[in-house]
Amino acid sequence: MAESKSKRTAAEKADFKRELTEVVPHLRAFARGLCGRPDMADDLVQETMLKAWAAQERFEPGTSMRAWTFVILRNAYLTDMRRNRFRGEYDETVAERILTAPAGQEEPIHLSDLHRALLTLPPERREALLLVGAGGFSYEEAANICGCAVGTIKSRVGRARATLSSMLEEDAIPQRSLDDASAHRAILEELDEVAARAES
Amino acid sequence: MATDKRKSGKSAIEPEWADGLRQLYDSVVEEPLPDTFKDLLDKLDGPERKSPS
Repeated sequence: MAESKSKRTAAEKADFKRELTEVVPHLRAFARGLCGRPDMADDLVQETMLKAWAAQERFEPGTSMRAWTFVILRNAYLTDMRRNRFRGEYDETVAERILTAPAGQEEPIHLSDLHRALLTLPPERREALLLVGAGGFSYEEAANICGCAVGTIKSRVGRARATLSSMLEEDAIPQRSLDDASAHRAILEELDEVAARAES
Repeated sequence: MATDKRKSGKSAIEPEWADGLRQLYDSVVEEPLPDTFKDLLDKLDGPERKSPS
């Protein structure tokens, strides 16, 4: 591995650190949306910060620190998911704690409902919607972060929106689908695609 | 065989919950940063910056 630790000047390192510090709250928000559990999300963010710091030579000053670190966070999340780190704990804790519907409330839309609904989306749609609909990224930026085509992002966001809308309108939020094997399979298949593309 | 209904609702119209999604995100962004993050940021500079004695 390239050993070029001293390439960056102290001033550049300070800039990097300042920018990294600024995006930490955004990393936390993105991670929370991705994996639902605040403690796991924060672990993921810390992992991301360490990785970003170690890879700072690859960051191009002047570009978006938020987009750059989101890629790192996303990759860390996918890697962890692949190693099943999140899986076992999902249905036991998240499903019970977060997915317990406060029954019989009639108000239009509760944030907690929305959050639950969001967490039941397949991961790749959830992340697309988070980036565009919550993080305010453009489709192009989101596509770069996810390493896929703009059209793919658009269709994921569209499907995510449609699913959420119908779940919320019909008050039909699935109680447990975080442990849904098909959702995990979908993202793993996609990972393989991405990996295959990157290798070619 | 496409359902014609869907076609009319172009993407310009935001669903009702769209604002809620941003709120969810922003609420985390606005949370005070736990000390663990500050500690980590402090540690990033490495051992070169030990507290002076």
